[in-house]
Amino acid sequence: MTDFIQLIIAGLATGAIYALAAVGFTLLWQTSQTINFAQGEFVMLPAFFCLAGIKFFGLPFPIAALVAILLSMLVLGVIFKFAVVDPLMKQGTLPLVISTIGLAILLREGVKETYSAEAQRFPSFFPNVNLGTAGFNVSADQVGVLIVATGTILLLAWFLASTKTGRQMQATAQNPTVARILGVNVERMVLYTFLINGALAAMASLLISPIYLAKFSSGETLGLVAFVAAIVGGFNQVRGAIVGGFLVGIIDNLVAAYVSSTYRQAVPLALLVLIILLRPQGLLGRAEERAV
Amino acid sequence: MYLKSTVAAVLAAAAWAMPASAQDNTLKIPGVLELSGAGAISGTNFRDGIVMAIEDINAAGGVLGKKLVFETVDTASDPGKARAAIQRALDDKPTVIFGPVFSGSVNATLPMTNEAQIPQIIGGEAANITSQGSKYIFRTSFGQNVSMPKIANYLRDGVKAKSLAIVYVNNDFGKGGRNAIMKELESRGIKVAADLSIEAGQADFAADVVKVKAASADAVFVYLNEEESARFLIEAKKQGLDKPLIGETTLLGQKVIDLAKEAANGVKGHVGLTIDAPSPLVAEFAKKFEAKFKYKPDHNGMKGYLGAYMFKTAAEKAGKLDPVAIAAAMHGLTVTPDKVPGILIEATWDDTGEIDRISYLAEVKDGKQVITQTLPKLK
Repeated sequence: MTDFIQLIIAGLATGAIYALAAVGFTLLWQTSQTINFAQGEFVMLPAFFCLAGIKFFGLPFPIAALVAILLSMLVLGVIFKFAVVDPLMKQGTLPLVISTIGLAILLREGVKETYSAEAQRFPSFFPNVNLGTAGFNVSADQVGVLIVATGTILLLAWFLASTKTGRQMQATAQNPTVARILGVNVERMVLYTFLINGALAAMASLLISPIYLAKFSSGETLGLVAFVAAIVGGFNQVRGAIVGGFLVGIIDNLVAAYVSSTYRQAVPLALLVLIILLRPQGLLGRAEERAV
Repeated sequence: MYLKSTVAAVLAAAAWAMPASAQDNTLKIPGVLELSGAGAISGTNFRDGIVMAIEDINAAGGVLGKKLVFETVDTASDPGKARAAIQRALDDKPTVIFGPVFSGSVNATLPMTNEAQIPQIIGGEAANITSQGSKYIFRTSFGQNVSMPKIANYLRDGVKAKSLAIVYVNNDFGKGGRNAIMKELESRGIKVAADLSIEAGQADFAADVVKVKAASADAVFVYLNEEESARFLIEAKKQGLDKPLIGETTLLGQKVIDLAKEAANGVKGHVGLTIDAPSPLVAEFAKKFEAKFKYKPDHNGMKGYLGAYMFKTAAEKAGKLDPVAIAAAMHGLTVTPDKVPGILIEATWDDTGEIDRISYLAEVKDGKQVITQTLPKLK
């Protein structure tokens, strides 16, 4: 039983990070119909912003982390929107999807060539101490990741539900035409979404890199998991992405422990297929009808 | 006049058709290595070791009067890409090929070099590499058939383990090591309490460490590549795994220590090659390597470095840059540091390309590998 609880806690901690990436995925889709297949690389890149800040500019870790978040909002938010999404969106969804796949390769190879092909040690915000007692082990790292990631998600949920800007963003996501008629600055709301995605990706990066190490290729798995989590939870609902993230994190750990590590990567994909067959809109998503 | 111009044209065409190395007194040395992907740490170290050795060799006049030009191709740690790269290298009729380092890629390419009769100096450690009958494969480190009996002896006599949890990476290197240690454990009466495979490149080890703890073995044998080793140690520390963590070379390697930091403290095991070996030549190598490449080399850096000197010594023994003659000279070759300082530690290659030399028992203390015992050559 102790093992099971430890696996659940570990699953919740990694699931919370997956949820951060999945929420960003969902937000972009809702407000701009952008399916970002570079989302995994968006989570990989901020760690290298931070490491570069420490290595080349001698910044202390907390400052480098803050700079990484701001840089991510600029590069993965503003520049991504204006340089990639806006020009290609006019050509339809498919060219944009293909472009994000190309962007993923560019980011991956760019980091490999300019920084390193090797994994890099990444500092942690939390002390490496055990908080458990009598054979029950919970690390400060796991608790810290869970609190920070969940706190970030709750803060975002509050922002979307309880602030004027958040509600305008939701209105933009639900129906941009009506939102515009009602006086919402739709373009600005879409830009905010990209900024939030950049910040969420940076948070996920700063939390997961001490565990997974920072590596140019780490986005491949993270992007897939974020995509699966978003689909499983419901691509058109932020709360769906949150549930999807936690669910994938927990299932991943339980499968690795009780089935086999060899098949752990296949299980989220099997879950994806199952959900698409039985509930295409995802666990918490709403069915959408489209005129063709 | 007509004859003269014809001869000149033929000579020009022949010169054009000759490899560049034959024309400009250089010898091209291809390196097919893991410069990205799961083996990036190993391949990069191996490459940099060769680069440093070749600079030294060229500065001292080269090999049989020829300057070496080292050209690398990245396999991305993929055996398929390694095969393609080896084929391209063989098309240029090289004198020797360096790499790959990963056993899976070595196994995929050794039939090609054997058929082409080109010596292949590798970093792979899987036991089956030297048992496939190739006359052109040469190790730079112990095969698992040599290292695992030493580890098993240490587990029995040093750790006094009656039961063991094994964690191995699910590739040719890991599976070869796992099979080799299982055989050795059985003959020494050590019970296997857990037998866990993990995937190459795996990032999350929480579930694996929980399973290891649940096995309640006397010790844990961790046989993974560098990055996975570091991630496992970080997770083991996080979950408070308090059993002795035992490894073979990689687990105690410098890169793993750099990545895992304090989580590597307390790790023990056998190391075939280490920059912490009690040898002034090795210390000098490590110092020079770190100054040049701005990082501490691990055993793969040493393997690349001494591999280049092994080639030089064999070529000079053969007296010509003929691949078949060089391969023949490598079999039964013993190189001593007093005659060839670049070999670092005395080494002997047998007829299968297996290497023999002294090795060490070591422990990681305060973020540094400390040698606790030197083990003699087998023969």
